[in-house]
This record gives sequence, C-alpha cells and structure tokens, in this order.
Amino acid sequence: MVDRALFFQRFGVAIAAVLLILFNLAFTPNFATSQTLAVNLSQICTIVIVGVGMTLVIATGGIDLSVGSLMAIAGALSPMFFTGALFPLPSLSIGITIGIIIPVVVAGIFGLFNGWLITSFKIQPIIATLVLFIAGRGIAQVSTNGDLQVFKVPEFQAIAIGRVLGVPFQVWIMLAIVSISAFVLHRTVFGKQVLAVGGNEEAARLSGIPVRRIKLLVYMICGMCSGVAGLMVIAMNSAADANLIGLGMELDAIAAVVVGGTLLAGGRATIVGTLLGALVIQLVRYTLLANGVPDPAALVVKAGLIVLAVWLQRQEQT
Amino acid sequence: MTDPLLSMKNISKSFGGVPALVHASLEVYPAEVMALVGQNGAGKSTMIKILNGAYARDAGTITFGGVQWTAGSPQQAQRSGISTIFQEINLIGYRSVAENIFLGREPRRGFGLLDWKKMNAEASALLSRFDVRVDVREPLDNFSTAIQQMVAIARAVSFHAKLVIMDEPTSSLDEAEVTVLLRTILQLKADGVAVIFVSHKLDELFQVCDRVTVMRDGRTVTTSNITDMTKLQLVASMLGRDLAEVKKKGATAFKESTGRVGDELLSATNIAIGHRVRDASINIRRGEIVGLAGLLGSGRTETARAIFAADRKSKGNIRFNGSSGNFSSPIEAIAAGMGYCSEDRKAQGIVPGMSVAENLTLALMPSLTRSGMLDETKQRQVVERFIKDIGIKCSGPDQKIRELSGGNQQKVLLARWLCMNPKLLILDEPTRGIDVGAKAEIQSLIRKLANDGLGVLMISSELEEIVEGASRVFVLREGRTVAEFDHRDISESEVMHAMAQGAEADVGPKLGVETRG
Amino acid sequence: MISFRISPSMAVVVVLILLTFLGAWRYDGFLGAYNVQSVLRYNSMFALVSLGMCFVIMTGGIDLSVGAVAAFSSVVSAYLSPYGLLPGLVGGVCAGIFAGTINSLIITRLNIMPFIATLATMLAASGAALLLANNQSVSVSYDTDFTFLGQGDLLSFIRPEWVDDPNVGFFGRALGFFLSFPTPAWIAIIAYIAAAVIINHTAFGRSVLAIGGGLEASRLMGLSVDRTIFSVYVISGALAGLAGVILASQFGAGQPIEGIGWELFAIASVVVGGTLLTGGNGSIGGTLAGALLLGIIFTILNFENGMGWISLSAYWQSVVRGVFLFAVVVLQAKLSKGLRG
Repeated sequence: MVDRALFFQRFGVAIAAVLLILFNLAFTPNFATSQTLAVNLSQICTIVIVGVGMTLVIATGGIDLSVGSLMAIAGALSPMFFTGALFPLPSLSIGITIGIIIPVVVAGIFGLFNGWLITSFKIQPIIATLVLFIAGRGIAQVSTNGDLQVFKVPEFQAIAIGRVLGVPFQVWIMLAIVSISAFVLHRTVFGKQVLAVGGNEEAARLSGIPVRRIKLLVYMICGMCSGVAGLMVIAMNSAADANLIGLGMELDAIAAVVVGGTLLAGGRATIVGTLLGALVIQLVRYTLLANGVPDPAALVVKAGLIVLAVWLQRQEQT
Repeated sequence: MTDPLLSMKNISKSFGGVPALVHASLEVYPAEVMALVGQNGAGKSTMIKILNGAYARDAGTITFGGVQWTAGSPQQAQRSGISTIFQEINLIGYRSVAENIFLGREPRRGFGLLDWKKMNAEASALLSRFDVRVDVREPLDNFSTAIQQMVAIARAVSFHAKLVIMDEPTSSLDEAEVTVLLRTILQLKADGVAVIFVSHKLDELFQVCDRVTVMRDGRTVTTSNITDMTKLQLVASMLGRDLAEVKKKGATAFKESTGRVGDELLSATNIAIGHRVRDASINIRRGEIVGLAGLLGSGRTETARAIFAADRKSKGNIRFNGSSGNFSSPIEAIAAGMGYCSEDRKAQGIVPGMSVAENLTLALMPSLTRSGMLDETKQRQVVERFIKDIGIKCSGPDQKIRELSGGNQQKVLLARWLCMNPKLLILDEPTRGIDVGAKAEIQSLIRKLANDGLGVLMISSELEEIVEGASRVFVLREGRTVAEFDHRDISESEVMHAMAQGAEADVGPKLGVETRG
Repeated sequence: MISFRISPSMAVVVVLILLTFLGAWRYDGFLGAYNVQSVLRYNSMFALVSLGMCFVIMTGGIDLSVGAVAAFSSVVSAYLSPYGLLPGLVGGVCAGIFAGTINSLIITRLNIMPFIATLATMLAASGAALLLANNQSVSVSYDTDFTFLGQGDLLSFIRPEWVDDPNVGFFGRALGFFLSFPTPAWIAIIAYIAAAVIINHTAFGRSVLAIGGGLEASRLMGLSVDRTIFSVYVISGALAGLAGVILASQFGAGQPIEGIGWELFAIASVVVGGTLLTGGNGSIGGTLAGALLLGIIFTILNFENGMGWISLSAYWQSVVRGVFLFAVVVLQAKLSKGLRG
C-alpha cells in the first residue's frame, strides 16, 4: 500500500495530466487546436507564476496566504506609473519599465515583511501571512480608492498578450520563471539549502546554513512572484481592479503546489510539479466545462483533488 | 510474607525487530519505594510505558493487586490504579491547578455543569496533604516545575493510585525542591502507596528507596535491597562491569596514540547553560582525544552544544585557537574551525529526504560553487573520495541517506565535518546504535584523525571507549566538572568512581534519614 | 512585561468602550437607536461565525470554510423559506452541520491538518452553493415569516403603544430600545451566553481548552480528543449555517458568493479578542468584543466620511483590521515567549 501510494505521489500528476489530455482528445471536440491550447495555458500562467514562489515557501515548511493581496497591490500600483498618473513621463518605455520594476520590488518588500514576522517573532506562517492577506488588499484598494483603472497601453499589455512565435508572451514568461527557479532549486547551493531547511531545520542550522536568511529570501521571492503575476493579470485585462486582482489565488496556488507533489511539510519540492499540478486542475475544469458540467462543480473537484493529494503525501510519511 | 503488589515476569518487547526488553522482570511490594536504574537504552522507559498503557508487551505476564493486568491506554492504566509522573510535566499549563488535578473527572452539580467550588476545595485539600499551599485557581504555568510536579502527584493520588511511577522527577529541581519531593515520596509510602522511582541521581535513590532494580540491555540484571549495595556497585552493575575483573586492553578499536599532542586548542571555563549545566570546564589540545564522561543527565551534551554555540550559554568563557571562542551561532563556530556531530542522528543530523552526497556536503556547499552554481563535479569528487576513504557502504552518492544503516549514516555525518578540515571535532555518542564492525571502523578513524593533529572532544556512555580512546577525561556530574584524569590515571573504576560519588553531606540530614552507601 | 491581571480580553473590551465613547462624542446619532440597531443587526452574522471559529481555534485548529458554508446555507434556507420560518432555519443550520461534519471526518479520520481540510471544504461549499443556486441569488419568500429572523425585532410583539410616544421619559426610551433589539442580535447573544456557559462550566468546554493547551498531554490524561475535535468543527459549521440563515433572511436572498472573507473576519475577531491562535487559552466574551470592535471600525469610518473632514473609503477597514491583527499577533508572540522563557 505504501509503495503504491509513493508511486502515485511521485508520478500521479504527470499520469493525470496525460490521462486528461487523452480523454479530451478522444471526447472533446476541438480540443487539439492551438486556440484551446492557448486558452488553457493562459489560464494557468498566473497560477503557475505564483505557484513557483509558493513552492519555495512550502519547501521550507512554511506557507504564504498573502499572495493574492500582493498581486492586488502590484496590479493597482503599476498603471499609476505608465499612464503618467503619478508624474509626467519622459517617455512611455521608461514609464512601462518603472511600472514593471517598482510594483514587483514593492511586492517583494511586503514579502520580506512576512519573512520578518516569521523569523523574528517565531509566528506561524499561516498566521503571519494572514496579516497581509487582510490588510494587503485593503492597501491596494485604498491607494486606488477601489476605482477601476482602465488603460489602453498596448506596449504594456504586450507583456501578457503579445505573441511571440504564436504563443502569448505570458506563457514565455511563465516558462522562463519555471526554468530559472527549477534550476535554482536543484542546481544552486541556495536551492539545496532551502530544501535542507524544510527537511530538517535543526540539522541545517547545525551545519551552518543561515536558516533565517533563507526564510527571509523565500518569502521575498514569493512576494516578487506575486507582483509579476499581478502585472500579468492587469495586462491581460487592460484594467486594474484592486477588488478583484488575485482573489482566491492563494488557494489556487497551494492546490497546484500540493497536487504537483511538493510536500506540505517541506523538504521535497518540484517546480515542474507545480506547473503540472496547475495544468491538471485547469484540464479538469476545462474537461468538465467542455462537457456541459457547470463551472462551480470544478470547485468541488478541485477540493477533492487537494484532499487526495495531501492524503497521499501523509501515506508516504507514515 | 506479603504478596507483591506488582509482578512483571519475563516481559519481552521489540520494535521493528529490535528488542527493547528481553525477559525483563520487576516486582514491587505494597508501600515500598523501588528504584529503577539503567543507562540509556537499558529498557526502563519501555517498562514504564507498558505500565502506563502506552505500549503493549509482546510476551510475559503482569499481575497487579493479585489479578492479571493489562492496559490498552493511559486512561485504563490510571483507572486500574497505576499512575505515571513523567519527566516533562504532561499537564496543561494554561489550565488551573485544580483543573489539572481533575481533568476528565470533574465534579458536577446537575445539568452537566461543573462544581468549581468543590473542585477547588478538594484540590486544595489534596495538595495540603503534601504541604503545598497554593491558589488552585491560578494557571499551572504560574508555578515552578517543582509545584507542577506536586500537582501531577496530587492528580495521581486523586485517582486512588496504588502505584505511582516517577520518571526522573528531580531533573529540573533545585536542592530545596528535591528535598520536598523526597519528603512527598515518603509521605506516599506512609499512605500505603508504592512508588517506582527512576533516576540517575544516586544520592536521592539511596535516601528514599527500599530496593533497587538495575536494567541493562533490556534485561533485569540485579535486584536487591538498596542497603546491600554501594553506589559504586550500582554504577558497575548499570554499566556492566565486574569490578573484580581487570578489563584487558583492546576491547575497542582505539589503537595506541602515535600523534604528538600540541598546544591548547580549546578552553571552556565555568560554562552554565539552562538548568542542566551549572559549572563545567574542559580544555582540549591539538591532536588529543578528550573524553567527556558522566551519567545520563549530567550535562555533557549541553556543554558540547554551548561550545559549538548551538545553544546560548548563560555563563562562562571559551577560548578557541588563540582567540575568543564565544560564538553566537554555529555559523561562526564552523567558520572558526569546529565541527559537531550531535547525538541524535535522526532528529538533528541527517536530512532524510536528501542523498548521501547532499548530506555529506551540507556544510561544505558554500565552498563548492562555480559562478553561483553548485559545482556538481567537485561535489562528486569530494563525496566519492570520502566514500572510499571512510568506507561508506552505499549504492552511490545519490542514494537517499535514510536507506543507509546507522553506522553508514554516522560515517556520512562524520565526513560532513571532515571535508571542512576542522581543527576541533565534537562527537556526541559517535558509535551509538551502530553495529560492531562499523563501530570499530569509526573508532580507528577517530584515532587516525587525532594522530594527524585534529582535536577531538568525545562524549560517550561506553566506558571502554573513554578509557581506551581518550588521553584525557573530564567527568561531569549534575552539571559540574568533578574530575579530570590524565591518560596515565585513566581506568574504568576511577572514572566510575567519579561518576558515582555523591555529595551526601548536603541532602541527607535535612530529611532526617540515614545516609546509606 | 504586561501582567496577566489585565487579561487581553479585558483590554479589548476597554478599547471597544473607548471607541464607542469616541464615536458617541464625535458623531451625531452614533449612539442613536437607529445606528446601534443597524450595527447590531448587521454584525450578528459575523459574531456567530466568530463564535464558531473561537471554539475551533481554542482546540488549536482553524476553520477556513465558515464563509463558504454560510453562503451555502443561505442558499439552502432561501430555497426552504417558502415553507416557513422553521424549515428555512432548520434547513440552513443542517446544511452547516453537514459541512462541519465533513470537516470533522477529514480531520479526525484522514488525519489531514485542519488548514488543508477546511480549505478544501471551503472550495467544495462554494461550488455547491453556486451549483445549487444556479450562479445567481435565490430570492427569499416573503409569504412566510422567514424574514422575521433577519429583519425583525424579537420582542416587537409585546411592544406597548405608549413607548413610541415622543414625550416618554428615559425609562420609556430605554424600554423602547430594549424592545427594538433586532432578532439576529438576540440569536447571537443567546448563542454567546450558551457558549460561555459551555466553555466555562462543562467538562466538554474544559476539554476544548485542554486539547488546545496540550494535545498529547490531554490524550495521556484520558480525554477523548478525537470526539472533542469532531464536535468543535460541527459546532463551527452549525453556527456558520445559522449565520447563513440570517444572511438570507436579512437581505432577502440567498447569496452564493457572499461569505468571502468572513473567515478572516472571524479569525481576526477571535485573535483580537484575546484567544491564542495556537489554542489553549481564550475568552468567549473577548471574541464578542473583538467582533464588535472590528465591526465598529466600519461604522466609524462611515461616520467619519459623513463628517466631511476626511474622505476615507470603506477600504481602510481592511487595513485597520490587518493592523489590529498584526499588533495582537506580535503581542501574543512576545507575551508567550516571556511566560515560557
């Protein structure tokens, strides 16, 4: 029983993804078109980008509930720069550059705040990140007064919907982030140290690994990922609504990470798994929709998937 | 001749094939205080957990009060009249004293509502029998460990316990509190309650206990009236040494030291940390193996951790390699040239999800980089070199470390520090839980390292390792350095003497009890 | 170190009273009957959800599903409202109990940590609510007295004529106010009183606190840990269900997407009210004060905007709530370090 559970835990995601694709190829009309592919990929881009940050945080044994709110902050902040609302722009490209860099940096600083709460006061990550979960969206709403910021700046929107080789730019960004972080996690000293902290924090500390610094960094990175995701969302919609950006994203991201095979307890993580996890969840949703099942049912299925994935993880640990 | 109250015969228990108890026996008579002693792994805790209802025995019979006894849960054990007081206070700190005493069986007053007045009154009455007068409505956390222990005892008594087991009750108490506790035990005895007293503090045992049972390697090896044994005999029995016999040399793989001992490497003076270590001092020179001996609970591990800065010491000064050794974290200690192998491989040593290579280079990694990346080739070279040199049996550097045997895991942990070229290596029970072959290999490796100039601080509960491996030995007892032996004077009996010798003068007269042993 | 003579819960009550006085002094009509009743009526739902959350947090757990369960139950009770007040009420509460039982089973049988288990239930309940309601609001029937639960005043039946006369004295006005106490507020008060009695005077209540204070120790002391944990999640579900009924009844429709963020409000109320997030110590009264405190912040913001000096949007309430939570959480961390250190 344990071996079978272990097998499913490692490869279940990939198998599920393949099965879903096969099922759809067989039964869903128009599945094998580039349009379908594009639609599905776009849906998961933001989830995966946030999921990457979340994977690193969970790898250290923590969790981050504030990702949605940080997305809102970044998304609300950005248009103020490139629409010239805050100050006159010397040129559009400068505006866009600032409008990309500063929101991401700000989100990273908020992420550092999370890390600071956790390392300096030894507060549980769930609770520490709850603070920004509540206050963060409020900050975004306050800075925009809850108003919708609509803009028409195709150069900015290109970062999400512009096409390169027929594939939306956001997919390229997602793939880049996934590759870089997978590389960092598995091939750099930092990545190994992250996994060591999650695997046995005391052993890591006794081996001279700077546990506090590592935790601060992963929460900062997660914040920055949320910032990038927030930019994607507003670019896609060409509008920034602080009330809606990233709503419920923390659940989606955690679901993708967990279903993808990263251990909630920390110590073992897979970035590619998170990508596959998001894909599986999205495919499930798409399969249901395309076959006439109402959208909310996908929520129920997502819930079941999460419980199943976590349960499988527990089987392996006992 | 009265019948025994508790009779455990031929108890056996294994965990996953590893035997913890082998035909162990224990008998306790009504209203007697029985001391239960033994080193780590001797089987005492397993016996207690069986009596507590936490474990089920594999074989053997238990009768209590004349009838067959078995308990499937702590609740059942309590109800049958056996209560256990653990070393860590297993009560609820946030709740009041009275609540803790009655939790689970609170007095009611109709409609299912609790009768607080009755609960508080009865709690006060119970505690005053033991001369403890506190406000029972206050949270338990507001009181010292000593009082909390009294509350635990009061809870046991309120269950009408016939047998109370106390597991290391005095480890966190100061001398005055110990006196009170010992008096309480005598009070219990006077009330007709039998007590099993587990402790390493031999003085205390000799003060209140009637008989003593010694366990070793899962067996009961000695049972006698405590007046019939001296402390030294007791320790000898615990450690498995026959005093009359002269141990021949060569029991371990520590061959003769051939290296030259250099100048002073580490000097730790007057270390105090937590409540375990009061005043420990040791020093180590280059190229020598210094042994740190003592009974369980004497503060050896805590002292070592203070030197490595794994825990913050409250007092004391350390000099290392000619400059200040008062580090604030392991990072600094490691940078200065220390290495530390903790005594609990599983909890503090290995990262179970990682491979042999990753575990081995865990501390070295920052030096194995090439343009920011981990240089996997160099890593592999280092790992394979050590696998060969130390003889780590594994299918390869990528094998998951949790699949290796204990001995090989320990070798990986040793290599973790060796590849850093340390000046001082602190080893806490380096051969514990390891098969004979690997034990010998590790022992010769340690000797070789010392011969090459490495300073080693070795903590070991195995006397032969201390005696044959170390050129100097410090003995700790109850948090203080009580003896230092040079290699010419080291013999097992000397060391045991130091471990066992008690400060009888202070505690005895207060109780008005004759000191024995 | 702050001495625990002044318990954190008392501190909240003090702040609440201070804020109330501030409001009364600064704004016209703040303490007027209309405003007080509206505040009480609106916040009773949150108060109920916070109460359930208090039980759960006291055991050291957490329940993220309360908002979604309330939404689900509001839909269920809206559907049942044409059959009368009782069917609507019972149906909604049962929906909550059902969800709570699922939480309990996942947590105690599958051994999955409460955070994940209730996260999953939250998703499932949202989905179920939307499915059941066909993605839209479900109107409540006005033919029965179902709406009385949310919109009525419980004691309005016995309201004598003379109380409404403008010349009636202080006693008359006080009585009038008392009789106008909204039904949902009555429901909440009764629930809180019952909860306080349970926590402080029954064995079950003490075991809730004991388990949060030490799970293994409680087990060793013979408490039936699993049964207690099972019960608190059912209680939380039931109270969320009740809140959902009031939601439907008060606003005239069962709303499947309402309820987002309720769990945060509840957690914040509980924590601000002095209950430790790690469990084991807490106060029912503190939770009520915390819920009222957080609710009042919203009202104060509205009034402040009305004064015209500043224009603070309602969005500031999230920020303020977050700051409160931050302050309390850091304080709790420092205090517990001091106690145990």
